[in-house]
Amino acid sequence: MHLSGITMMEQTLIMNTQIDNDTDIIPLELIHEKLEQVKDPEIPTLSIVELGMVTKLESTPGRNIKVRITPTFAGCPAVDIIKDEVKKRLSELDPTSLEVDVNFDVQWTSDMISEKGRKILQEANFALPQIHNGLFNIEVFKNVECPFCQSKKTLLKTTFGPTLCRAIHYCNNCQQSFEQFKPV
Amino acid sequence: MSTSDKEIALKDLCFRMADDDLILGHRNSEWTGLGPILEEDIAFSSMAQDKLGYAQAFYSLIGKYKNSTADALAFTRGEKYFTCCRFVEYPIGEYDFSLMRHFLFDNAEAIRFDLLTYSSDTDLANLAKKFRSELKYHTMHANLWIEQMGNSNEETNLRMQSSLNTCMPQALGIFENGCNENKVLSTGIFKGEKFLRDAWLNMITPLIEKSGLKIPDIETQTPEFGGRMGYHTEYLQPLLDEMNEVFSIDPNAEW
Repeated sequence: MHLSGITMMEQTLIMNTQIDNDTDIIPLELIHEKLEQVKDPEIPTLSIVELGMVTKLESTPGRNIKVRITPTFAGCPAVDIIKDEVKKRLSELDPTSLEVDVNFDVQWTSDMISEKGRKILQEANFALPQIHNGLFNIEVFKNVECPFCQSKKTLLKTTFGPTLCRAIHYCNNCQQSFEQFKPV
Repeated sequence: MSTSDKEIALKDLCFRMADDDLILGHRNSEWTGLGPILEEDIAFSSMAQDKLGYAQAFYSLIGKYKNSTADALAFTRGEKYFTCCRFVEYPIGEYDFSLMRHFLFDNAEAIRFDLLTYSSDTDLANLAKKFRSELKYHTMHANLWIEQMGNSNEETNLRMQSSLNTCMPQALGIFENGCNENKVLSTGIFKGEKFLRDAWLNMITPLIEKSGLKIPDIETQTPEFGGRMGYHTEYLQPLLDEMNEVFSIDPNAEW
């Protein structure tokens, strides 16, 4: 089965040959579609799937759904809103039981943002987080490419922007401030 | 069944960390609207938000064993049940004091979380793995400011040096053993405060020297202990009163 945009997610579809009624198990594609409708309240074009926040998805016979979500930042105030929204959307699939766990068992990093997610961030005029594989220092903030004019004559202004996930840079070429989705 | 050593150790350490983060997070948030420049206002507010996030996660972990919630643990315990170090309780003072406390505390916390990624408790190790990547931003911020202020001009250098002298005995209080330090060590939850203190000194000494500052002679310092045993400064109770005001009027209030 191919589900686009998911690289880090564990997916379990427990097939049971005894079941002849195929409405008894909710297809992962449908769950996916619903999850893609849940957006990051701070970047409303970006879904939690594209962000890489969904780390486990389980659909089992008897119309049971289990989803695990990992927060992007420990202090992210949007987590409760996101959890409620996930519950709301998945309830539309009429599950018998629905479990939405939020925990840090899989630790989110900005490397988990999907290709599609990175494209959406670019379209929203964000500079992208550098892929770092767990290793980065202050050097990575030097000469970040400006999302407006693509110049690299830029300066980091602050790593603490308007939300926990954004840093602010200034472009000396087009003389505009711009935001970067922070590498974490 | 009696409580296992591991559970006792885990709760002891998590309460200390959660209380430190809750109180320092509250103090950091007092810079919101008052920072010397907009970027610093936002930096301290963001770090406050992170600290409260860590506190919430540690309280939730304790809550799993005590059948309680993070809010109840944060807002309903009396002052003498808090085990934060006294260092985090002091008022924010001038910006040089807040910067120095941020530098000394956050470098200690960064090493603490690095060490905790090897904890025998998987839940705690998972939290540490997450938080240490965020904390990198705190130490980058602190280290940069200490270096710039230390090397800027005579006044900034003097102020930073004077704050360092004030902070050092208080900061050494971070490493006061908890009530169950022996169990923390024997169960492999954490490598312990003594180990952390030595690693911390190795980490900050070259950074302080690079900043044109002189590290006070550690041997002659008397660490400000007491906090881990519930003996706090006069500043903690008023802070708790302020923090708990809404919760004590209406524990179910939503906003």
